Amino acid sequence: MSVDNLHDSKIRIDEHSGTPTTGHEWDGIEELNTPLPRWWVWTFYATVIWSLAYCVVYPAWPLLHGATEGVLGWHSRAAVVQDIADLQATRAPILAKIKDAPLDSIEQNPELLAAARTVGRVAFLNNCAACHGAGAQGAKGYPNLNTDAWIWGGKLADIKTTIEHGVRWDADKQTRVSSMPAFGRDGILTPAQVSDVADYVRTMADLPDAIAPETKGEKLFNENCAACHGVNGEGNREVGAPNLFDAVWLYGSDKAVVVNRVNQGGGGVMPAWKGRLDDTTIKALTVYVHSLGGGQ
Amino acid sequence: MSSSETASHGNADGALYAPARKIYPKKVDGEFRRIKWGIQLFTLAIYYLLPFVRWHRGAGEPSQAVLVDLEHRRFYFFFIEIWPQEVYYATGLLIVAALTLFLMNAVAGRIWCGYMCPQTVWTDLFQMTERWIEGDARERMRKDAGRWTLQRIREKLAKHALWLLIAWWTGGAWVLYFADAPTLVHKLATFAPGCGQAYMWIGIFTFTTYVLAGVMREQTCLYMCPWPRIQAALTDEYALNVTYRYDRGEPRESLKHATLLRAQGKPAGDCVDCGQCVAVCPTGVDIRHGASLGCIQCGLCIDACDGVMEKIGRPSRLIAYDTEMNIERRQRGQPSIYKPIRARTIIYAALIVVIGGFMLFTLAMRADMRLNVLHDRNPLTVTLKDGSVRNAYTIRISNMKAATRRFTLEIAGAAGAQIDLVGETADTQGHLIVEVGVDQTREARVLVTMRGAHAADTPLALTFTAREIGGGASISAKDVFLWR
Repeated sequence: MSVDNLHDSKIRIDEHSGTPTTGHEWDGIEELNTPLPRWWVWTFYATVIWSLAYCVVYPAWPLLHGATEGVLGWHSRAAVVQDIADLQATRAPILAKIKDAPLDSIEQNPELLAAARTVGRVAFLNNCAACHGAGAQGAKGYPNLNTDAWIWGGKLADIKTTIEHGVRWDADKQTRVSSMPAFGRDGILTPAQVSDVADYVRTMADLPDAIAPETKGEKLFNENCAACHGVNGEGNREVGAPNLFDAVWLYGSDKAVVVNRVNQGGGGVMPAWKGRLDDTTIKALTVYVHSLGGGQ
Repeated sequence: MSSSETASHGNADGALYAPARKIYPKKVDGEFRRIKWGIQLFTLAIYYLLPFVRWHRGAGEPSQAVLVDLEHRRFYFFFIEIWPQEVYYATGLLIVAALTLFLMNAVAGRIWCGYMCPQTVWTDLFQMTERWIEGDARERMRKDAGRWTLQRIREKLAKHALWLLIAWWTGGAWVLYFADAPTLVHKLATFAPGCGQAYMWIGIFTFTTYVLAGVMREQTCLYMCPWPRIQAALTDEYALNVTYRYDRGEPRESLKHATLLRAQGKPAGDCVDCGQCVAVCPTGVDIRHGASLGCIQCGLCIDACDGVMEKIGRPSRLIAYDTEMNIERRQRGQPSIYKPIRARTIIYAALIVVIGGFMLFTLAMRADMRLNVLHDRNPLTVTLKDGSVRNAYTIRISNMKAATRRFTLEIAGAAGAQIDLVGETADTQGHLIVEVGVDQTREARVLVTMRGAHAADTPLALTFTAREIGGGASISAKDVFLWR
């Protein structure tokens, strides 16, 4: 016994196994000393050295502002940039095909359609979903893009133009512009007249609770609204005037809402995306929106 | 307590860590050694050559019999192809493998450890190389104890070079299971770009093979492997184990003394304490101390002892596959009992048959196509200008055959509905047709529109059916049509 410790006196060779004990004893139960092999402890030291080397090579220690850099200069942000670059490189061939393909032909090619929908969906979620909703379901004042009611046209080329130049987006010269007068606010119509026009519009739409305003509503409509919205309220895409009798209401069909629209006039604003998104992404976005189901 | 055992524990001085004891297993020949050679040759041949076995599946599909195609997420095993969603077959296979291990153990102990475990097979291969270059155990012990000479350096270099070569080949064979083998071999040999990962894995496996089979050897079994610990809890008194029959062997006598005792009609053991069983043991165990964690039950001590018994004219199998229980029975004058068929083995075998049979059955009966339907979450319904209601669905049709197939899509449950497939127009008979390429999944967007204004509330139960054109196979999936 070469080990001197408190338990030295209790260390003995166990007769049954021939193994020394550790000297620890609890109520007559003793512990055999079957030590780990030495390579095991060397392996442990190796992992310690590894961790030290890791601290030197990679960012490791938090400092007051930031952390130690690590001699390799590795950075998680750079790794993400690299991953994105790798992804773009992987997508490059199919994106090039989308770029070269005529807009009308993409949906007829299953491969291009799938790719355009994937790329378009991601672009939509990143850029459009804030207003139009994650499923392009729209909201009050923000059109639902799944349906077939289009203010500025639902053909591929129309959708593309709207995305590129926006709506009432002053910074873009080619933006879609139209401005409905604020009939109530600006005193063009009296509140009673506004109410009559609203009743007339709601009658045209055949809403269940619509009240027919006799003939004065029709007269007021023809004088003030029909120029843009059409005599029958069918709308006009050239000037972005919505259809007034279909089942899709951008702001809602309640009388109060309709009155408010006639009072306030104007319309929503959409940014122009040309220059902010590249042409291929806009193309993919166009196909995505068109393929939601409402495209014409 | 013998001196060799003190050394094996190595802590008579109460040290906290035991120094590794170098083991020089002696060469041996015999029945079990020959079985081991055979299994070694067989298993190594499978490992090194299997990636080169070809299996024709058709155009557009890989022609490698066993292939783990990580890039395309497919696993190929001869006529079987597994998609990621069928990975439970791998789980089933592992369960069957575990049960087979238990069954082998219940019949004859650690057969896996002694004959089939990669650690055993490669260690055997490395020891064979070592003997070939440096000589047998005694010679190596003498050389290790002696001075360094030029000859010695040359031998060591040759040995480690050969070990590294085998290890490198082992790592090289590994990566071939993950890509088309002949193509990859050519690319690796010509240093074609894009093989960085393959080189890295070859490097890792070269290192692990070299370390595990060349350096760690029995330490892996003694300290790293969980199976010896589990095995001890799974065995029973009927399981055959490599056993020293001390009923025959004891008391140990020198050959001369034993002969003398026998001539006088007195009892004498057959064991002449020659130590050959210990000398040939690859893990340095003395089998005469009984079953132990260190014994991998390779049977080499049986061969060594049989050789000695033959020389001294005593019956063979002083060490044999036997049980402790039988030794005790013989000592009491009772006959030995061998019960390979008993509740434990029957249950294991039955479980293997049931699980294996179930897997085979599902594998044989599984459809070669799939249909998934996913209703748009947002918006759930779309109102169109004329008051019609539209629901949109994403469908996925998987074609698991090695041929391009065309399917018609039918939707039942929405009488009078207009059904559109985005990007496709119906054929002249009004059929919506989806074409799915070889071994692929095709995603499509389906629009179901109920024309006219509706005031209905109850959702419609829809059944989507994809029917193969000219094949007759069909598959259905259910979903609903919502009104608002």
